Amino acid sequence: MTEVKLVYFAWVRERVGVPEERVTLPETVHTVRDVAAWLAGRGEHYAAAFENSEIVRAAIDCRHVKPETPIAGASEIAFFPPMTGG
Amino acid sequence: MEPRVTIRVQAEPFDAAAESALIAEGRFDIGAIVTFSGLCRSEGGNLAALELEHYPGMAEEEIGRVAAEALGRWPLQGVTVIHRFGKVSPGDGIVLVVTASAHRAAAFEAASFLMDFLKTRAPFWKKEHATDGTTGGWVDAREADDAATERWIRV
Repeated sequence: MTEVKLVYFAWVRERVGVPEERVTLPETVHTVRDVAAWLAGRGEHYAAAFENSEIVRAAIDCRHVKPETPIAGASEIAFFPPMTGG
Repeated sequence: MEPRVTIRVQAEPFDAAAESALIAEGRFDIGAIVTFSGLCRSEGGNLAALELEHYPGMAEEEIGRVAAEALGRWPLQGVTVIHRFGKVSPGDGIVLVVTASAHRAAAFEAASFLMDFLKTRAPFWKKEHATDGTTGGWVDAREADDAATERWIRV
C-alpha cells in the first residue's frame, strides 16, 4: 500500500472534480499507467477524466514521466492534458 | 561572465523592453539580443480572454530545465523566460523569451528552441472565454507544436 498525493490540472481536474487528493494505492499498482487505470475505476467522474488515457500526461514530483514509469518513491503524481502554454 | 538567467512565472504583465535592457546591463560581451513576445489574439473579435492555468512549482522547474538545455547547446550570455498565468486579454503578453549571445545565430536559434519546448513541456493550459460570455473550453494542443519540438531532437 502506497500513500501519495494526486494533483490534477485543466480538464482532467474539472472532470475529476477536485484539484488534489491523497489516496492509498493498492499493491497491484506499479506504474503511472496502473494509477490511471485504477483511478478510471473509481467512478464516473474519474472514468470521464481517463476515458482516453493515452492522451492524459503525467508528472512525478514535478518531472514529466511516461506511462510505463514506475511510481516507487513518488510523493506527488500529477495528471493533466497535453500542455498548451507559450 | 556567467550567463544571466531569469525565470519567472507571474500573474502580472511583463515589460519586454525593460527585460531586454536588463539582460545586457553592465556587460559588453553581448552582440545580439533576441526578444520574443507571445501575445493573446482576439480570434477575430470572438475571444474576450484567455485563462492560463499552471502547475505551481513544476512550471518554474520545467522552464529551468529547458533553459539549462538551451545554455548547454548554445553559447549564451543570458536567458530570460517569463510566463504569465491567470486571465489575459487580447493584446496582452503571455510569454516572453529573451536570449543574448555574442552573435545572432545562437540568440535566434536558442529563442526558437526555448519557445518550441515551452509550448510542449511547460505545464500551462489555456482556456478560452468568448465575447458572448460563454466559455469556449480548453485549447487543444497542436500537432504542429509537437513537430516543432521534435525537429530539435533530430538535430
